[in-house]
Amino acid sequence: MPIEILMPALSPTMTEGNVTKWLKKEGDEVHSGDVLAEIETDKATMEFEAIDDGRLGKILVPEGAEGIKVNQPIALLLGEDEDVSALDKFVPPASEDAPVARRQQETVPVQAAAPVALEKAGNGAGRIFASPLARRMAQQAGLDLAAITGSGPQGRIVKADIEAVLSAERGVPGSHRPAAQPAPFAPGPAPVLSKERVLALAGNPPYTERPLTAMRRVIAKRLTESKQTVPHFYLTVDCETDELLKFRTELNAKSDAYRISVNDFVIRAAALALRQVPAANAAWSEEAILLWDTVDIAVAVALEDGLITPIVKNADRKGLAAIASETKDLAARARAGKLKLEEFQGGTFSISNLGMFGVRDFAAVINPPHGGILAVGVGEQRPVVKNGALAIATVMSCTLSCDHRAVDGAVGAQFLAAFKKLVEDPLTMLL
Amino acid sequence: MADTSFDLVVVGGGPGGYVAAIRAAQLGLKTAVVEREHLGGICLNWGCIPTKALLRSSEIYHLLHRLDDFGFSAKDISFDAGKVVARSRAVAKQLSNGVAYLLRKNKVTVFDGHASLVGKGRLAVAKDGNPVAELAADHIVLATGARARSLPGLEPDGELVWTYKEAMVPAAIPGSLLVVGSGAIGIEFASFYHDMGAEVTVVEVLDRVLPVEDEEISAFARKSFEKQGIKIYTAASVSGLERNGEGVSARIEANGKSLEVDVERVILAVGIVGNVEDIGLENTDVAVERTHIVVDEWLRTGEAGIYAVGDVVGPPWLAHKASHEGVICVEHIAGVNDVHPLDIRNIPACTYCRPQVASVGLTEKAAREAGHDVKVGHFPFIGNGKAIALGEPEGMVKTVFDSKTGELLGAHMIGAEVTELIQGYTIAKTLETTETELIRTIFPHPTLSETMHEAVLDAFGRAIHF
Repeated sequence: MPIEILMPALSPTMTEGNVTKWLKKEGDEVHSGDVLAEIETDKATMEFEAIDDGRLGKILVPEGAEGIKVNQPIALLLGEDEDVSALDKFVPPASEDAPVARRQQETVPVQAAAPVALEKAGNGAGRIFASPLARRMAQQAGLDLAAITGSGPQGRIVKADIEAVLSAERGVPGSHRPAAQPAPFAPGPAPVLSKERVLALAGNPPYTERPLTAMRRVIAKRLTESKQTVPHFYLTVDCETDELLKFRTELNAKSDAYRISVNDFVIRAAALALRQVPAANAAWSEEAILLWDTVDIAVAVALEDGLITPIVKNADRKGLAAIASETKDLAARARAGKLKLEEFQGGTFSISNLGMFGVRDFAAVINPPHGGILAVGVGEQRPVVKNGALAIATVMSCTLSCDHRAVDGAVGAQFLAAFKKLVEDPLTMLL
Repeated sequence: MADTSFDLVVVGGGPGGYVAAIRAAQLGLKTAVVEREHLGGICLNWGCIPTKALLRSSEIYHLLHRLDDFGFSAKDISFDAGKVVARSRAVAKQLSNGVAYLLRKNKVTVFDGHASLVGKGRLAVAKDGNPVAELAADHIVLATGARARSLPGLEPDGELVWTYKEAMVPAAIPGSLLVVGSGAIGIEFASFYHDMGAEVTVVEVLDRVLPVEDEEISAFARKSFEKQGIKIYTAASVSGLERNGEGVSARIEANGKSLEVDVERVILAVGIVGNVEDIGLENTDVAVERTHIVVDEWLRTGEAGIYAVGDVVGPPWLAHKASHEGVICVEHIAGVNDVHPLDIRNIPACTYCRPQVASVGLTEKAAREAGHDVKVGHFPFIGNGKAIALGEPEGMVKTVFDSKTGELLGAHMIGAEVTELIQGYTIAKTLETTETELIRTIFPHPTLSETMHEAVLDAFGRAIHF
């Protein structure tokens, strides 16, 4: 029977994808590891590799098709000794038919000469055959063994099966997870704003249409969810940055090996402040508030058609020069569309800086499951009152958006106070 | 006229070939083996088995020199080299006959001769240049094995400069011996001849003896060998051999210095090369890289219907690896359900020197290089009651675990009888146990195997007896 090739889940947030390009034609020989197609995911275009050997029998979803649900069949692969007539006999399973089991068929090596009875390890009397190592790895990753097909002796679940699921899913809250475990944030039904309805509401003015990219859809979906489900509240603080600017000039004059930007100082200060106020480095879940052990800061980078948030991992343990070179590299690769998944997924806190556009102050939308996002405005000379007299200082306004479920006002204020202290006395950032 | 049409023909009757043939016959395939010399191959006739017989003799001789430790005394201890060799040959002969019997019992046809591919699914068999038969087969499994590598300037002559083959049948034990190469083969001969009374020098081109073993095991082994009196030069090479009548003068380059060593005999053990010549590969799509046939996970070559197993497909050059490949290859051909490719991380390796060395899986260094965060355990034989009682307190067990998942990544052992013990860890690895199951396993007391338990405990900071 032909093997179904299913739309892969290439990122944790991916629920659907676009087939931007087929790199194999019907009838082409396919070897494990060959790039079959380019799939546009949430935030990037990724290469989709074949897992099995065979021949591409039929392409079910044409190039350019959009909004293909994860686990929907996109092509059929013929085994070594199957000819095209097998395609006629192929009956697609009912669409609700256990998508997980079908995808697993694709990820285990299927042998043409001797179809192995890869019965589900959880079959029968309820005993699941799995190696101790596989059990432990599944437990550590939160996977449900009952949803995994074993490739070991007699269908036993072995290490390789867990690794296959992990590399295929990369932590997607999908069907391998125990059903009892709620998704980190449940996507609600998106409000239906059809083009027709928008035009009617706007009174049919002339317009140009820009097709939605996958990234645009994800931005719309995630940020709508965030604003609708996360109780945001906002705290603003003004930081004087004359000392910081002087210090920055001195530091940058010392060597050509690095060029530290104001934003690099902001990242370092925020990271240290999170370390000092660990309650602000938190995420909400239905069972518990999760206080993260690491400080991984996602930094918003504007792209031509949207934005992406590459992550400076362990930012509290990195010096200014290291942060500067890392953000420069991440931003350059972000703009070139060359970030790896793990470089822009995750993080514990975000920073968005619109100072370079002259924005004085703004409030940013939290990027779940982060507990907060710091919106950084322009550093500009403003009149300030010092010791009862008017003076001039360079001032940068920063606004923290907090998820009130995880981070209360007092905690947010403590974080901002720590942040402000670090920014205004930048030498302390070197400690 | 013998039948010449088969479902499957195996070329080579060593541990890869004869096992493949028996399994094929069990699965109902009409099977033949072509063997040019001895059934059982190098392993049974000129390798694993006869050397174990020799090493048993040298072990006894060694013990005879320690009789006082155990409360005995004896005078005029001596041996007859001819009898030692004769016993080794008799053991090999007995087992080779055993293979012939097993093949007969499983109705595998055996052709005595040299086979070469002469067309799709066709093999010509010849003996001493005279045609014996032309065979037709749907599937041909090449299990032609390997032979000793020789280095330019260090060619063996069979008289003064030996390979394993001459070293196995000495007319007398030489007074002094140079062993070039400290892999399993070189070290086993060094150990045998040293225990039989020869003055032994070992030269190794890499920076340690038994270079594929864990570094700590190599260091332990070297210390032990040197304490026994074996001279060892590592990061060294032999730049010339000058034969002078009854002996050889060898020039050794070590540490930037050059020295001359006069020995009666030299044994070359500098690796092996695959037997890929004169079997008709030229007119096929079978790919050969660095004297080894290239195969996929199911042992298929580039030519449909031709497969290869064992030493001829490359390292590790171990009989048990060859046998398993033979079984996997044949079961896959026969369409057996539930066949799985060989996992090389689960192949144990044994060296029968004194003290013995055995290992499975990754060395500590390889594990770290593979990106594992590791937990490492050690346990010395001196902490084991049975080892002390046996008078064999010299040894050590080392375990390497992945600290996150608790996977046993590797186990490394040196000491008495460790070659018999390593299978415990191999089972653990094959079953994918974690440290939990190993810690819960009850190892019998008093046995050497308790060191295996303690080395697991130690990796998790829980060793009891050390």
